[in-house]
Amino acid sequence: MGGPFLPLEIYLNVAISGLLTGLVYGLMALGLSVIFGVVRVVNFAHGEMMTIAMYLAIVLFASYGLDPLLMMIPLAAVLFVLGYAMQMTMINPFIARPEHSQFMLLLAVAIIIVNGLLIAFGPDAQSVQASYSFDSFALGPLIVDATKVYAGGAAILAAAALFAFFRYAPIGRAIRACADNHTGALVIGLNVKRLYALTFGLGAACVGAAGSILSLIESVTPSLGPAYTLLAFVIVITGGLGSMTGALLGGILIGLTEALAALLISASAKSMVSFAILVLVLLFRPQGIMGKRLS
Amino acid sequence: MAALLAVEGISKNFSGLRAVADVTFAVPEGEIFAIIGPNGAGKTTLFNMIAGVFRPDTGGITFDGTRIDGMTPDAVCRRGIGRTFQLVRPFPALTVEENVMVGALLRHPNLSSALRRAHEVLWRLDLFDKRTQPASSLTLPDRKRLEVARALATEPKLLLLDEVMAGLRPTETDRMVEILKKINNDTGLTILLIEHVMRAVMSLAARILVLHHGAAIAEGVPEAVVREPAVVQSYLGAEAL
Amino acid sequence: MMKRLLHGVPLHATVLLALLLAALVVAPAFANDYLLTVLIVILYFAYTGQAWNVMMGFAGQLSLGHALYVGLGAYTTAALYVHFGIGPWIGMPMAILISVACGAIIGFLAFRFGVGGVYFAILTIAFAEFARIGFDHFSWVGGSAGFFLPVANYSHDDLMNLRGRPAMFYYVILALTAVAFLLCHALMRSRVGYFWQAIREDEEAARSLGIDTFRYKMYAILISSGMTAPAGVFFAFYYNNLFPEQTFFILRSIEIILGPIIGGVGTLFGPIIGAFLITGLAEVLQELLTWYGFDPPGAKRVFYGLCLLVVVMILPHGVWPPLSRLLRVDRETERTGDKAEP
Ligand SMILES: Nc1ncnc2c1ncn2[C@@H]1O[C@H](COP(=O)(O)OP(=O)(O)O)[C@@H](O)[C@H]1O
Ligand SMILES: [Mg+2]
Repeated sequence: MGGPFLPLEIYLNVAISGLLTGLVYGLMALGLSVIFGVVRVVNFAHGEMMTIAMYLAIVLFASYGLDPLLMMIPLAAVLFVLGYAMQMTMINPFIARPEHSQFMLLLAVAIIIVNGLLIAFGPDAQSVQASYSFDSFALGPLIVDATKVYAGGAAILAAAALFAFFRYAPIGRAIRACADNHTGALVIGLNVKRLYALTFGLGAACVGAAGSILSLIESVTPSLGPAYTLLAFVIVITGGLGSMTGALLGGILIGLTEALAALLISASAKSMVSFAILVLVLLFRPQGIMGKRLS
Repeated sequence: MAALLAVEGISKNFSGLRAVADVTFAVPEGEIFAIIGPNGAGKTTLFNMIAGVFRPDTGGITFDGTRIDGMTPDAVCRRGIGRTFQLVRPFPALTVEENVMVGALLRHPNLSSALRRAHEVLWRLDLFDKRTQPASSLTLPDRKRLEVARALATEPKLLLLDEVMAGLRPTETDRMVEILKKINNDTGLTILLIEHVMRAVMSLAARILVLHHGAAIAEGVPEAVVREPAVVQSYLGAEAL
Repeated sequence: MMKRLLHGVPLHATVLLALLLAALVVAPAFANDYLLTVLIVILYFAYTGQAWNVMMGFAGQLSLGHALYVGLGAYTTAALYVHFGIGPWIGMPMAILISVACGAIIGFLAFRFGVGGVYFAILTIAFAEFARIGFDHFSWVGGSAGFFLPVANYSHDDLMNLRGRPAMFYYVILALTAVAFLLCHALMRSRVGYFWQAIREDEEAARSLGIDTFRYKMYAILISSGMTAPAGVFFAFYYNNLFPEQTFFILRSIEIILGPIIGGVGTLFGPIIGAFLITGLAEVLQELLTWYGFDPPGAKRVFYGLCLLVVVMILPHGVWPPLSRLLRVDRETERTGDKAEP
């Protein structure tokens, strides 16, 4: 393959494309991080939930020609409702249960989603071919896929909306207060159960938006659910569990390294590299890049 | 008598907060020694340093002739220090006797002799009749005694008790005091206890150390310590002995 | 030995156990090929579940990467057999050794650096994924194209080389399961077993009782990975083909843990009951689906998922604890105070 002899532009092209994909991954991981930060439950069905959004985007596009970039908002809403309902009904009774018990619950959900999708859509890869799929932007010697640029931009918009929500909206602030100090939130009379459901809904909305965007740049099969869950974990642990900026930075880092690893080593090595990053982070900086060290 | 435990100038900071500041004291073998002080005074932190949970930022701890500061909690226990936790932590899914047997297994690798040893300890702590109950089904006073029993089962030379009377009714407190006195009498076990219940402290302790904001502000025999103005002001004032 | 084994177990429980064992021993005489295949799968999951249970059920360390040890056991013995003609029983110690070495590396890294809980689980997934990708490129054992053992129609059984008819495989896996059961029984009621349970319940409290938690957690992963490897040997010689994408896939690890979770984590009968329930019910469902002509791929697994969901929601400790009370076969000592959970 002679990686080292490729011209510099190729590396830059790949890096930029990886970075843009990484932004979408970051948005997905953001959802996981928000859920963990507030509800303290690790959503082991995260990637599976995203594949639901991807399939919905594909169906909407195939049947009605609706652009996934526009569908990002309604799909975020759909997943929000799903997440809200899941937290209200299933997950809430598990808040005080041991970690492995919560894990089993969400694992069950994940198994049902993967195989439900398999029954509904079959095992073959599906994707969206938008009218601008083959467009690209040229920036001097650099050539960037238009879809990736739009995808990265959309991911940034969605993440910015979430950041703004947590900063300016009263409910967003209440959720943050709840995350910082659970008992305090109880004392000042916040309805914690509802806040948890809202948070889980918001985390799910992130994967709704991310899935919709991702359907433009990656094809989906039902079995990709667990892979995306793992990816979200790698990103969130790398960035720091519970840190929102960490999740985005982690997404960019993983997107970038995976793209470069695919170029320099081989396509199948990319997840190897991100797992290697995960192992190193777990061992040497368990709080993640942006996380605070727990005492 | 040579000191079994000698604590020399130990301090501990938590990100700027000085939890324990330059504390020095010694506990002779066979003595019951109490540490008192208001909430947040640093008593539990001091225990955690002795028990190996935290490494002191400064100073040293000598137990039975060897330096133990910086050792891991399990190594400290194997050297002969048993401890209880302020918030009791029994193994909930195990039965009462299994809880204590885990402690006894340290010195009695054989299961049946460990069980026999556990039964002896349970007998002392008035828990023998409840030995086959799961620990999670016990009431708070029973859990507190289970905590003591489990630590005792490791056959320590020094027992660290962190507020084992807190939350007990007066009769239960008296019972615990009697039990501890008897163990100290019968076996010569050295006991270092943190306690808020002054009635218990006064009747148990040969000497008292008073902590305030992490620093030792008084030390001596109980009658003298409780009369010291600094102590009365910082701690006992409200309780009006 | 027998006396110690049965200490505290009510008589009728012993009888029930003996009947179950007898039924399993004579089963091949009555079962048709299909039923025998199902029984083999059940026992395979009972065995691997028992091995996994040592780590999670006894010592409280959640491993989601046990497919790694199965795969290593499978590939090691298969490679020795295909490339050097070394039989599986001679290859097995080597397989165990390699599995244990891998377990030692993972355990050392995790436990030395204080990686626990969910983080530990993710770490075990990561290592299984490493193996999957690594074996994809390991052409000596076929890489991603798969590794195959020679197959033929066997008219007689060659136990030494594990070549033969289903009934032979059935007895092999039955023997393995029985040995694993006895081993776990002995472990659970041993010093190590109690130390594990203490660590599982409260690691800090365990340390305060003088238990070197690092060492005992290492024992757990070493024993569990070593016990899992023979399942891989069985897998390789029974199915005769190995693909990294399947062998090390995370779903394989999850299949291993379903039985013990549904049966009851940390119990001796949980993995066995769980394996019977989940495989048995899945087969029944499969039959029904085929019967009605609706048999899409994934239907069986949706069912797995639903079972798991129902069990974790309504029976947080699995099927065995309530079942054992129902049959009154739990130990006397454990029954006296069974109001454990509110
Ligand atoms: N692990 C810890 N991390 C940070 N601060 C701690 C920790 N443990 C105790 N502290 C702080 O140290 C001070 C002393 O606490 P502690 O030793 O528990 O007091 P006491 O047992 O006398 O009530 C308190 O202000 C407490 O908040
Ligand atoms: Mg305290």
